[in-house]
Amino acid sequence: MIEARLAFDKVSCLRGDRLLFEGLSFVLSAGQAALLTGPNGVGKSSLLRIAAGLLPPAVGTVERSGRIALAAETAALDARLPLGDALGFWAKLDGAGESDVARALDAMGIANLAPVPVRMLSTGQRKRAVLARVIAGNAPVWLLDEPGNGLDTASLDRLAQAMADHRKAGGIILAATHQPLGLDDAMPIALKPHNESPVA
Amino acid sequence: MSAWTAIVLRDLRAHYSGGGAVLPVVFFLLVATLFPFAVGPDGVLLAKIGGGALWMAALLAALLPVDRLLAPDAESGVLDQYCVRGLSDEGVAAAKIVAHWLGFGPPLMIAALPAAALLRIDGATLIKLEAGLAIGTPALAALGLLTSALTLGLRGAGALAGLLMLPLAVPLLIFGAGSFGGDGMGAIKLLAATCLLLLAVAPFGAGAALRAARE
Repeated sequence: MIEARLAFDKVSCLRGDRLLFEGLSFVLSAGQAALLTGPNGVGKSSLLRIAAGLLPPAVGTVERSGRIALAAETAALDARLPLGDALGFWAKLDGAGESDVARALDAMGIANLAPVPVRMLSTGQRKRAVLARVIAGNAPVWLLDEPGNGLDTASLDRLAQAMADHRKAGGIILAATHQPLGLDDAMPIALKPHNESPVA
Repeated sequence: MSAWTAIVLRDLRAHYSGGGAVLPVVFFLLVATLFPFAVGPDGVLLAKIGGGALWMAALLAALLPVDRLLAPDAESGVLDQYCVRGLSDEGVAAAKIVAHWLGFGPPLMIAALPAAALLRIDGATLIKLEAGLAIGTPALAALGLLTSALTLGLRGAGALAGLLMLPLAVPLLIFGAGSFGGDGMGAIKLLAATCLLLLAVAPFGAGAALRAARE
């Protein structure tokens, strides 16, 4: 595996005519995590999209090495397919196998849901399925948008465990969140409504 | 198996298991059935205009699924996930064109057989029609996907798609229906040229549109 790295250098984000944040710099290397916090609409999801390469930064550069796994608000799982097959499709694209899917389902405690069509899943179960997709992909860089939303306490513990394992294996995590995720030693990145400079 | 083939297979599976394959075919047959009602049961006249009528029906059937080709994948974040995995937008568009054609071209060519019988089309014309559809439906698929990408995320995308796509499909209609006059080889060759052009342009146009839609 290539040494994972994610570096923002003086990145600014412009959405429409609005400047969401500017001059944001941070570096995450293997095993490190960062927690992205701030009020709604401050640009947390946009920052994750920039990190994922889905949005070009208005100013500044983003360096990434290592494959990226993104858990966004959208599930990107085929509603009609059984959960196992829906995850299997992404595992195939990620070069992972059925054993990786099984391991990920197990890690999120939804192994029993593998034959259930995705459209039948509850909000929390769907969220766990998305996290299972991230785990199964074996990508070193995890970008998580509100990963704890809709999860019960037991699932939050499983998520914390999965993130700890991932970092132990040299992975990077960048998570936007409003709630504690058990990433106590993570670097805080607090985005503030514009006119105040972001603190990294 | 490469990511590209996996995308084609996924789309095909969703298409055939979700019933999306049936709708354009039924629509095509319905238009073919309506024609004798409108023109009257004059066999000679129907045979004369039948080929052109079926080309019209094929064109309208191709328009039917356009607003659902990319929108569900864009809304559910599947297209974003392709991009995060480093797949090019052009490659994704090309895979979608291939999957769309496989899900729509062959069924339409089969449906053309009973439709030809309804319109009293003779054997020689039927062969030209099938040859024209074999060459022309990939172009319709490419054009459909290009239109779908261009109208992605717009309100009233369905109506706009028709306005965008139908004028661009006029050459296909002219050369497709033109093959019925004379020996038709000239028209078939021009149809093939149009098809190649559309197939070459569509993945790049659609790729650029997907990129623009992401921002």
